[in-house]
Amino acid sequence: MDTLLGFLSLLDSTFRLATPLLLAALAGFYSERAGVVDIGLEGKMLVAAFASAAAAAIYGSAWVGLGAGILASLALALLHGFACITHKGNQVVSGVALNIVALGLTAVLGNAWFQMGGRTPNLPADARFGELTLPLAETLRGVPLLGPIYYELVSGHNILVYLALAIVPLTWWIAYRTRFGLRLRAVGENPAAVDTAGISVTALRYQAVLIAGVLCGIAGSYLSTAQGAGFQTNMTAGKGFLALAALILGKWKPVPTLFACLAFAFADALQTRLQGVALPGIGEVPVQLIEALPYLLTVLLLAGFVGKAIPPKASGRPYVKDR
Amino acid sequence: MSAGGSDNLPWWVTGLLLPVLNVGLALAVSALVILAIGEDPLGALGTMLRGAIGTGEGIGYTLYYATSLIFTALAVAIAFHGGLFNIGGEGQAYIGGLGVGLVCLALPGWPWWAALPLSVLGGAAFGALWAAIPGWLQAYRGSHIVITTIMFNFIASSLMVYLMVNVLIKPGQMSPESEAFSASMFLPMMADMMATIGIEMDSSPLNFSLFLALLACFAVWAFIWHTRWGFALRATGANENAALYAGIDPKKVIVVTMALSGALAGLLGVNELHGVQHRLLLNFPAGLGFTGIAVALMGRNHPAGIIPAALLFGALYQGGTELVFDYPNISRELVVVIQGVVILFAGALEHMFRPALVRLFTRRAQAAAKPAGA
Repeated sequence: MDTLLGFLSLLDSTFRLATPLLLAALAGFYSERAGVVDIGLEGKMLVAAFASAAAAAIYGSAWVGLGAGILASLALALLHGFACITHKGNQVVSGVALNIVALGLTAVLGNAWFQMGGRTPNLPADARFGELTLPLAETLRGVPLLGPIYYELVSGHNILVYLALAIVPLTWWIAYRTRFGLRLRAVGENPAAVDTAGISVTALRYQAVLIAGVLCGIAGSYLSTAQGAGFQTNMTAGKGFLALAALILGKWKPVPTLFACLAFAFADALQTRLQGVALPGIGEVPVQLIEALPYLLTVLLLAGFVGKAIPPKASGRPYVKDR
Repeated sequence: MSAGGSDNLPWWVTGLLLPVLNVGLALAVSALVILAIGEDPLGALGTMLRGAIGTGEGIGYTLYYATSLIFTALAVAIAFHGGLFNIGGEGQAYIGGLGVGLVCLALPGWPWWAALPLSVLGGAAFGALWAAIPGWLQAYRGSHIVITTIMFNFIASSLMVYLMVNVLIKPGQMSPESEAFSASMFLPMMADMMATIGIEMDSSPLNFSLFLALLACFAVWAFIWHTRWGFALRATGANENAALYAGIDPKKVIVVTMALSGALAGLLGVNELHGVQHRLLLNFPAGLGFTGIAVALMGRNHPAGIIPAALLFGALYQGGTELVFDYPNISRELVVVIQGVVILFAGALEHMFRPALVRLFTRRAQAAAKPAGA
């Protein structure tokens, strides 16, 4: 029973840790499948985390926070679109710039507004996304095996966790079963063909970039108003890049990306539990090795040593009509 | 990834006007940020200027930051000319610093002038290796250099934490720092060097590495524009296929370019560790690897532009620290905002001003040509 509960709590943390990665990775999915490389996931999450924590602290509502987070992230997304789509700038350079702006701006504004060294005030419970207890969780708790699974693992998350999981099938459906999705994928593979069909490449790419902005906004808000209770300087700490790695490991497909996010989150959850524990036959695994594992895997995968990840053909290239 | 332009703008427009426009815009944006938090932008700028160049100590710090920035910006620039965007300067500087530290720890009691060439070699070799792997992966395995170098930044950081905590830590100490290097090999401080020739200078971390940075600028300039290898590098950056037909092996060039880029980034460790900290410690690159991107973009990837750009950012860094004392509401991360906005305007939005300027100057040129032709 104890091992079951321990394992369930490990899986429980896995889902909590996977949520921001998943939302950001799906954001990357829309942007990159439309041919706009998004190094700026990290920065968008960071401004969203800050804006939502600040708004939630002032208005005392997690939902207002979420709205502010999404708006802040959308603003950066628009800037990215303006540089990369309208002015055909270098997408990677734009992403790097936005990440750095986000890092600096959140620290400067946070420090000036709240005078707490870049942190925002600790959010009270009702200004955060609380845990939802699903119907019948208490009553079914006693049922062997299924009861604890339902109570510990399925129930008791905040609404954004469920939302993130719901967006995976939704994204799959949009990308592979709708006209918009077909055009989205086409514009990332062969924008000239889309243009020839009389569909605006610019409009499609802007839509994709804005969807990415919304999703990163939710991801960032989750960090500061659901998982945490306030903002700290650089609180994303590389999660945007981890999400990018998950997207690559998932070969730019929504469902495999979900599994990559879960795997990274599982490693993360395991790592905190493995600290200082010697495994039989292996000895103590360095925490840093587990930390670096997602990045190592991504490098190996991209290099074709473990499978092969092929990015969308037109990603990274601004569309010029008369090439 | 064009390093220059082909639209016949006069040299002073691309070389001076555009960078000045970009910096002016970046400063305007940060002035708006300062206004938004209810402080006085002009007063803040004055304080920054005084802090950066108002005192001997301030100038020393400005030049010390500029030294590190020259190394990381040259690293970005040389990769740019080879058509590669190396975001991994931060990680390469970190691992390069490891090389510097290991060399310095291995040579107890050596005089500084004998240790310096070896520590330079150590930093360059470690940095080169850390950059050559992504280069090799791009050239021969087709993985994208940008993603790989980002991943290598994180791997470098984990690796360094592991090494510092478990291997290199000075025994019986809590904070993850190595033993100190022997005092005999500390690089001479600029203030002490000046004192021996009779010039008085306030003490600051500015050290002998500044000369090394200037030497690196000259070497990079000579290499890119005046050697056969530099030509191959520029040809590959301009058009890989054309380079191939000219008998150049672009794959080899990519690996070599990245190695050189990483070697330059690795030299940051000479300034920070061999010059100032005198021990190995965590996080010493402190974002200077990323700032190198802004410096390189502003300096238009040319050493002659990188030196003034590095001075500007060095002054911003130093002025930013002073700013905090007078304006507790403004944190030093304001410099980070400015840096990001510079990358945005000088890098991602480089095409925004250019067409307008081209129109302006071609019209002027035509107007000037007409009476002569008539």
